[in-house]
Amino acid sequence: MRALVADVVDASCVDGPGNRYVVFLQGCTFRCVTCHNPHTISPRPTPTSRWAEVEDLAADIARRAPFLSGVTVSGGEATLQWEAVRALFQALAADPATAALTRLVDSNGDCVPEVWEALAPWMHGAMVDLKALDPVVHRELTGRSNGRVLCTIRQLTAIDRLTEVRLLIVPGANDDAAQVAATARWLAALDPVPPVVVQGFRHEGTRPAARRYRPATTALLEGVAARLVAGGLPPSLVRTRGIVGAEPAPPAEVPVQVGA
Amino acid sequence: MGIEEHRHAIRELIEDPTLTYRQRIQALALAAEDVLEPPPVSEACTQALAKGLICDLAEGHAPHRPRYTLPDYATALAQGSTFLELPAPTTFDDATTFLLAVYGSVPSITGYPVWFGDLDALLEPFAADLTDEELRTRLRRFWILLDRLFPDAFAHANLGPTDGRVVRAALAVHRGTLQEVPNLTLRVDPDVTPDYLLLEAMCTVATVAQPHLVNHPMMVADLGDRYGVVSCYNSLPVGGGSHTLVRLNLKEAALRHAGRSSTFVRDTLPIAIELTAELMEARIRHLVERTPFFETSWLVTEGLLSLDRFTAMFGLFGLAECVEHLLALDGRDLRYGRDEDADALAHEIVEAAARLVAERPMPYCEASGGRALLHSQAGLDSDRQVTAGTRVAVGGEPGLYRHLEAVAPNHRWFPAGVSDIVRLDETVAENLQAAVDIAKGALAMGMRDVTFEVANGEFVRVTGYLVRRRDIDRVASGDGVRHSSSVLGAGSFTNAHLDHRRPQRVRSPERDARPRR
Repeated sequence: MRALVADVVDASCVDGPGNRYVVFLQGCTFRCVTCHNPHTISPRPTPTSRWAEVEDLAADIARRAPFLSGVTVSGGEATLQWEAVRALFQALAADPATAALTRLVDSNGDCVPEVWEALAPWMHGAMVDLKALDPVVHRELTGRSNGRVLCTIRQLTAIDRLTEVRLLIVPGANDDAAQVAATARWLAALDPVPPVVVQGFRHEGTRPAARRYRPATTALLEGVAARLVAGGLPPSLVRTRGIVGAEPAPPAEVPVQVGA
Repeated sequence: MGIEEHRHAIRELIEDPTLTYRQRIQALALAAEDVLEPPPVSEACTQALAKGLICDLAEGHAPHRPRYTLPDYATALAQGSTFLELPAPTTFDDATTFLLAVYGSVPSITGYPVWFGDLDALLEPFAADLTDEELRTRLRRFWILLDRLFPDAFAHANLGPTDGRVVRAALAVHRGTLQEVPNLTLRVDPDVTPDYLLLEAMCTVATVAQPHLVNHPMMVADLGDRYGVVSCYNSLPVGGGSHTLVRLNLKEAALRHAGRSSTFVRDTLPIAIELTAELMEARIRHLVERTPFFETSWLVTEGLLSLDRFTAMFGLFGLAECVEHLLALDGRDLRYGRDEDADALAHEIVEAAARLVAERPMPYCEASGGRALLHSQAGLDSDRQVTAGTRVAVGGEPGLYRHLEAVAPNHRWFPAGVSDIVRLDETVAENLQAAVDIAKGALAMGMRDVTFEVANGEFVRVTGYLVRRRDIDRVASGDGVRHSSSVLGAGSFTNAHLDHRRPQRVRSPERDARPRR
């Protein structure tokens, strides 16, 4: 089994709990104006992508396992190559050197329920982006509707595989009070309510078209987080990324009885 | 130096506007000591010292107290002190008062104690009656006094490896006080130290770049369970210490080598090792045979120190430049930490040095079988164009795993300590478990010491101690600073280009654009 890989990072502290090995798969279903890595969008081989055997990826992960909390498959959109993701997770679960690592998917949520059903036995959880709750704004930002994203979030909640929902705040597009309040209500209605991470849009790595949006400030993110709490989300489940100096919190809980 | 030069040097100290009272007294004492002739050594050894092949770290011409002492504070607390006229303490407040009184008369090269003891183990029995809040309040006052009475970042406290109320409170207090003192080491035993204690430690690292981590099972295997980590990550026997620390400049040794790299270990290294050992022996004999320290010090007479618990430290530094110069002799342009052949030569040199030091008898080193203990010496403020210890050159550090693979094989050969600084990107503060993961991985791969620094923090780790950036600026502008070590640290920061240390590429959204849809 091969995967079309955009990049591999063998030590990351920003792709889930702990130090993680991250595989970025090539190809995405969205065409986000705000994309930080537009070269990963094309689903076909590009000058910067490469084909990798899943077993070679698993072997490289095994070499780094003593330093890792887990593995995250990101993208692009990881689920476009869900068979390779499943094969990688199965290989990691089968090898005693890597079986204890948590296996997470970082996804835009734009895939059909059957994919999550196929991955769930081997995956500890998925971190899902919600670009906008409003379908019109979502289409403006990504080129696609958010119908499948919302289904993904509900489905992963129901099967206990939703690690977190990430809100990428793009000033002027999805940060107004009404949208944030509606998003808070929608997320608060999930059972259980997932952890919500508020992240800010930045210009680094984006195409010139993205300059029409301003980068988000820390103050804006804190304001959005406060409005999410005011809108019904428990404070303990809302955090912003980009604030340092907090007291240490235990690593996020992830379900453990998966594909042993 | 003639007597006129000595007068001039002393006059300069008297009039130096940047020294505090205690810093001036300390400098004057050393100047007085240096009026004496140093212990006699061979002409070759004198030349090696003069030319910088070996370095006595300005310990002074007439060693009259051991360089590092690790008094047995547990015994002191249990028996009280006749000299100090204090009974054995029974309460937490009595215990901290007692310890401060002892520290006040503990000698070392710095004029301050270099070791405050295993503070959690020492204080835990006295903490049982205190609430968490009472414990924190008392520890905080104690911490303030440690820093204000002993303003020297070589003064070092140890914690762990077992969990307890005092270690947890100490880590939290340390974060809150933002002090360089005490310098802090957490002993880590993967089978004993719980993850949440490591997480607490990493939170403290993210704030103040401490504690340093030491591989407890590895230390116990080499020195037994009565060891302490003092000063710049020097591991030494408790109840004793180190008479001296002399270091060999491997870069200078390589510059004196003729022929190919393959003959360095056979032809040049043994000579350099012997010259270093000769100087150590002369200094140890002066201390033990010509001064009354081991007969009259109250720490000895009350059983807190004993000669048979002493050793001596044989330091190495400049390995990076040594290896690169030797390979250049072969016509190869390779870098330690980047090229596997350079790493292999580095490991061969360290192993050979360890073997030679282990074969060379050293007087009054009963604590380590009559031999000196090898130490990777972490540098001096005046060092230029030579890398501390056995570290990869500043600015040339490769990726995280590659860096650790280059340096970890050296660690088993340095029972007296070795520090390789891993600089983490500041975003690790948001995901401290990542730092815990890296620490555990590093210990599992055989690292003896793991030292973290968080990029762009206010606290900069110099050799094994910390300085605050604002004190570096104060020294640069000619202002005085409260901590003696800050003066040394400012020199290192400038001369060793520590601001160029490369953050390890634990991925950060601030530095690499992450794939985002």
